[in-house]
Amino acid sequence: MLARVAENIYWLARYLERAENTARLISVNANLLLDLQRGYELGWLPLVDITGSRHVFDAQKHRSDEREVVQFLLANAENPGSISASLNSARENARTLRDILPTEAWEILNEFFLEFTAQLPAGLNRRTRFEFLKRIVLVSQTLAGVLDGTMSRTDAYTFMMLGRNLERADMTSRIVDVRSAQILPAAAPDLGPFQTIQWISVLRSLSGQHMYRQTRRARVTRVESLDFALRDEEFPRSCMFCLRQIELYLRTLTRSSGVLDTLAGAHRFLAQVSFTELDQQGLHQLIDHLQVYLIGVHASIAQAYFPALPGNARRPMPQSQAQDGGSTLPLFADVP
Amino acid sequence: MRIDWTSYSAPGLHDELIGPGGGARVAGRALARYLTELGGREIGVRQQAAELAIKAMGITFTVYHEQGGSIDRSWPLDIVPRTITRKEWNRIDAGLRQRVAAINRFIDDIYHEQRIIADGILPISIIASSRNFRPNCMGVTPPARCWAHICGSDLIRGSDGTVFVLEDNLRVPSGVSYMIENRQVMKRVFPELFDSAAILPVDDYPGQLYDMLAALSPRPQERPEVVVLTPGIYNSAYFEHAYLARQMGCELVEGRDLAVGDDDCVYMQTTRGSQRVDVIYRRIDDDFLDPEAFRADSTLGVPGLMRAWSKGKVALANAPGAGVADDKLVYTYVPDMIRYYLDETPILPNVPSWRCGEPKELEHVLAHLESLVVKPVDGSGGYGMLMGPMSTQRERTQFAAQLKAAPRNFIAQPVITLSTVPTFVGDRLEPRHVDLRPFILSGPSTYVTTGGLTRVALRKGSLVVNSSQGGGSKDTWIVDTEV
Repeated sequence: MLARVAENIYWLARYLERAENTARLISVNANLLLDLQRGYELGWLPLVDITGSRHVFDAQKHRSDEREVVQFLLANAENPGSISASLNSARENARTLRDILPTEAWEILNEFFLEFTAQLPAGLNRRTRFEFLKRIVLVSQTLAGVLDGTMSRTDAYTFMMLGRNLERADMTSRIVDVRSAQILPAAAPDLGPFQTIQWISVLRSLSGQHMYRQTRRARVTRVESLDFALRDEEFPRSCMFCLRQIELYLRTLTRSSGVLDTLAGAHRFLAQVSFTELDQQGLHQLIDHLQVYLIGVHASIAQAYFPALPGNARRPMPQSQAQDGGSTLPLFADVP
Repeated sequence: MRIDWTSYSAPGLHDELIGPGGGARVAGRALARYLTELGGREIGVRQQAAELAIKAMGITFTVYHEQGGSIDRSWPLDIVPRTITRKEWNRIDAGLRQRVAAINRFIDDIYHEQRIIADGILPISIIASSRNFRPNCMGVTPPARCWAHICGSDLIRGSDGTVFVLEDNLRVPSGVSYMIENRQVMKRVFPELFDSAAILPVDDYPGQLYDMLAALSPRPQERPEVVVLTPGIYNSAYFEHAYLARQMGCELVEGRDLAVGDDDCVYMQTTRGSQRVDVIYRRIDDDFLDPEAFRADSTLGVPGLMRAWSKGKVALANAPGAGVADDKLVYTYVPDMIRYYLDETPILPNVPSWRCGEPKELEHVLAHLESLVVKPVDGSGGYGMLMGPMSTQRERTQFAAQLKAAPRNFIAQPVITLSTVPTFVGDRLEPRHVDLRPFILSGPSTYVTTGGLTRVALRKGSLVVNSSQGGGSKDTWIVDTEV
């Protein structure tokens, strides 16, 4: 297939996955806060950090309360990670792919985009927000089902799966990062019961609490949850699972040995880390390393398969900001 | 409430559905009966359903605005179809085949011996002053000596019932995807109607288009690489480019996806390396096709494409230079071409036209501006023309100055009052003017669409049907009345 079209379908899948995961995040955060006692200043700001858009948020001088953060994540057109921006980009990419995508898939996305835009006030209203967010996840899953069920397994499908799994691995690592390290202060007393709530919320952000219970048969603990979210071989939203999928699809392509080498690095890294001795700072650094690997995988896919840019232009690539207490890496996007 | 056709009046006009006595014409008898029973309110419900379906299916066209950039609009469809008997259509079909055959002979002649000029049928000045004549096509012989592979001819019916050819669009005619999608929508919202009449299907077009294009391939092979070349997402017809590529199972490419190699073959950049392209259905004007041959500032085209084409390494449809016949001045000679090349009598008449480049005719046109339509010879989309009867004295004075400055650039025609079709307005049916654009495919063989795209002027009394200027569309039914 055309290199340009491969890039578009890859980004279509990433934007859809991003919109879905951001919806999960907002929903679960709201739920978690309801369970916590008053007096803990946990709030909404961590969600801005998760999506790596703190610089945009600060530049726009928002208050970090529920109302403004949700608006920022849901509807802010200047926040490239907002659901509204992701869906818009997904639709614009899909528009260039109308000759590739099954008709139903385009219709679902197009119709949902119109619905989303019309229903936005419901998403910003606390009382109706839950249903609104649930619908985003549901439509995204429906769309994935239609694509899985009707697309031939050609290169178009392969690049879609590469985009979906890479974005999913990225979002899962972000969820783990912010949920574990920043929501609850480390040394706060009387957090016993809330530790569990916190890790359940990680699992719920991934729609994973059910599968966790089935396979781990354990209390929800920090070490087990981390292992499940990052390294589980069977759960489809775990980072390891996504990496395995990427490997599988890369093997259907020609000229993939360079990308496979990069990917192997990420595998080895994930396989050798230990979660038991990890403090919060260490966990944050681990996630940051993992994201650098994911960025590397993206860069080598782009180099191997996407069109060469005119002249010496380079695709924008986020730099690692891994420092002590540094913020999460920004989400990155295709060439505008 | 039942529809009372006696209050549906179209005095002095030819209505396609309702005859002078208030009764339905034969092609629309079943339709009229059905609409009568349905009533205005229910028709309104169906109209809304159709609009919703169009929105959900994402059938759009793009309008460019000075301020707002490009805006995607839902495709406007009026749900009352336009009906034509199969018998009448057969005659139109034959007339279109005849016309396009002569036009292809003409283009080939112009780029070779120019016999038609040597024999005094056409003056050489017509070619010399044509903006669409391409000297670098001289001597090139495309496959099957065919140049205009896809032609969209605009037909109109006057008040006495005569069907005229208004123009032949030979460059990058659009609209065929809407013809097919209109039918899809109609089947969704009016399924029961299709039981009541023998309506011929229209969805054969993409298959026919693919076969024609594949037959042009320079490499004989079972599945040649055919691509659709689009200027990109901001083009007003992008929807159609994507639609046709998808229906034919071809790649939709942009200029930047293609490159001409040292072997003069065209290659596209794919995820599995470079791949040779055999046939390009290009939806880019000649001017932008190849910056080496035409406009050097074009970023939409492919450098070296003309070289590849003239060496026969790739087929282009339509062929570069085919636009020489898409000039309204050349149009006035098409009946002569039919007689000259085919030795036949034209089946479909032209609209009577005055050539402003000829001093006597210019004189007549200047003296009768208030009753004529004056059109630029290389215009399209209804831009830059003067509608005499609706113009002010001031506009006519200004236009007369333009005419005198460059008379070759204009032709004039009497105002033909287009036929009407009942159209849903508010809560009832009113007559609105329509035209019809069928599409003709030419290659080793010829194919004509069953009907075509009916465009309708939605504003009362307006004769402007272009979608860029507030026009709508209708499904077009060729009805077999003898089954």
